[in-house]
Amino acid sequence: MRASTQAKLWYAQRISAMVLALCVLVHLVTILYAMRGGLSATEILARTRGNSAFALFYVVFVLSVVVHAPIGLARIAEEWLNWRGRSLHVTLAAVAILLGATGLRAVWGVYAG
Amino acid sequence: MSAPLSVKIWRGGASGELVAYEVPRRDSQTVLDVVTYVQRSIDPTLSYRFSCRVGMCGSCAMSVNGVARWTCRTHVSKVVIGDTLELAPLSNLPIIKDLTTDMSAFFDKWAAAKGQFKGDSNRRDDFSDIKPSSPERKKVDAAIECIGCGVCYASCDTVTWRPDYLGPAALNRAWTLANDVRDTAQNERLRAVAGDAGCHACHTHTTCSERCPKGIEPTAGISGLKRMAARAAIRGELD
Amino acid sequence: MPVSPSSMRRNDWRARGNVGYIAFIVHRVSGVALALFLPLHFWALGTSLQGAAALEGFLRWTDMPMFKLAEWGLVVLLTAHAGGGVRLLIIEFGRWQGPRKRWIGAAIVASAMVGILLGAIMTA
Repeated sequence: MRASTQAKLWYAQRISAMVLALCVLVHLVTILYAMRGGLSATEILARTRGNSAFALFYVVFVLSVVVHAPIGLARIAEEWLNWRGRSLHVTLAAVAILLGATGLRAVWGVYAG
Repeated sequence: MSAPLSVKIWRGGASGELVAYEVPRRDSQTVLDVVTYVQRSIDPTLSYRFSCRVGMCGSCAMSVNGVARWTCRTHVSKVVIGDTLELAPLSNLPIIKDLTTDMSAFFDKWAAAKGQFKGDSNRRDDFSDIKPSSPERKKVDAAIECIGCGVCYASCDTVTWRPDYLGPAALNRAWTLANDVRDTAQNERLRAVAGDAGCHACHTHTTCSERCPKGIEPTAGISGLKRMAARAAIRGELD
Repeated sequence: MPVSPSSMRRNDWRARGNVGYIAFIVHRVSGVALALFLPLHFWALGTSLQGAAALEGFLRWTDMPMFKLAEWGLVVLLTAHAGGGVRLLIIEFGRWQGPRKRWIGAAIVASAMVGILLGAIMTA
């Protein structure tokens, strides 16, 4: 892997980490609010349906995860499983697609129904 | 007169065993004193390294009770467990015999990280004027003290997990040169240290910084190299 | 010069007690656990595609004690991972000197406490 690719991957992971730190904070506070308030599914969905700001926030959240998680998993595979190269990259691309697809589907689910 | 020490020392090469020796306890005894006693009074075939014996050269580095240290600067009283000590060669380096390791890989990686200065002035030019208070110079104030003893390299788990990882010492050296405003090989060096086997492999265990007998923090230098490499990559200067 | 790994000694637990190493292990393990959990989490939300009734059915299932315990575990994992991550960001981007060890300790303790507290509140 070229040096510049490696450097950019590192940078992407750190930037996505910073974004995720903020997103996670907002998400936990939101969930706390929903659960303490004893909101039912109907009430939750009433607030999320058609709410563009909500949808945008969670799309950013999902995309940050899609960038962040596979890069971390790559390091673990290389160091502890001695797994490197093309087969690893292809597998992780698949993981990224899986996370992205299921995540965006979930956002769509609570946004559009 | 306190009980003698029971010292287990690694004998052999890659395959070998820990052999126990009995060594008299003395006041202010260092681990180097112990090894020297064994070699001079018990078994002259024991192989080990030392030189200055006053904490300046780094030659005496080895594993004491599983932790890499300079034996000349390690008092027995500080590390002894009951009456026992265990001495072994440094980890992460091929064992030659007993307590000596082959440090070629350590220095090869130093070179691979472009740990050599490259300048473009000659004897007819004026001296370079590097102020001690300049920001770049201050950043590497601690880092330039490295004497290449190998303790950090032997302590690094990432070196164990990635055999081609350049390691904390080589990267620390690269960091000192990256901050040397006279050096002209900056891009070449960043290319050498950025990558799978370079600074990006560091996971900030900070074991290197904990163990360095000179109080150097390779973690800081490696973090600096990560930032420099990212900046250079974005500007398209990396390759 | 290629060397066979078996010709070298490897460090054991005695070389690994430092706070930085523990922070790394917590960060890595919690990261893997989260990577495994997220697809489940997304799937559960995706069920809401079938409407409020399906989500309600799922949410009722979430009242079970086993689930609450799992939720609590997840919040702890999340805050542990985020805490370790913040420590990394400080070391890699921040201007720190010497007393870095205290940052590490503070980050770990703070995240553990917040995780346990948040988890307890959320799942009570």
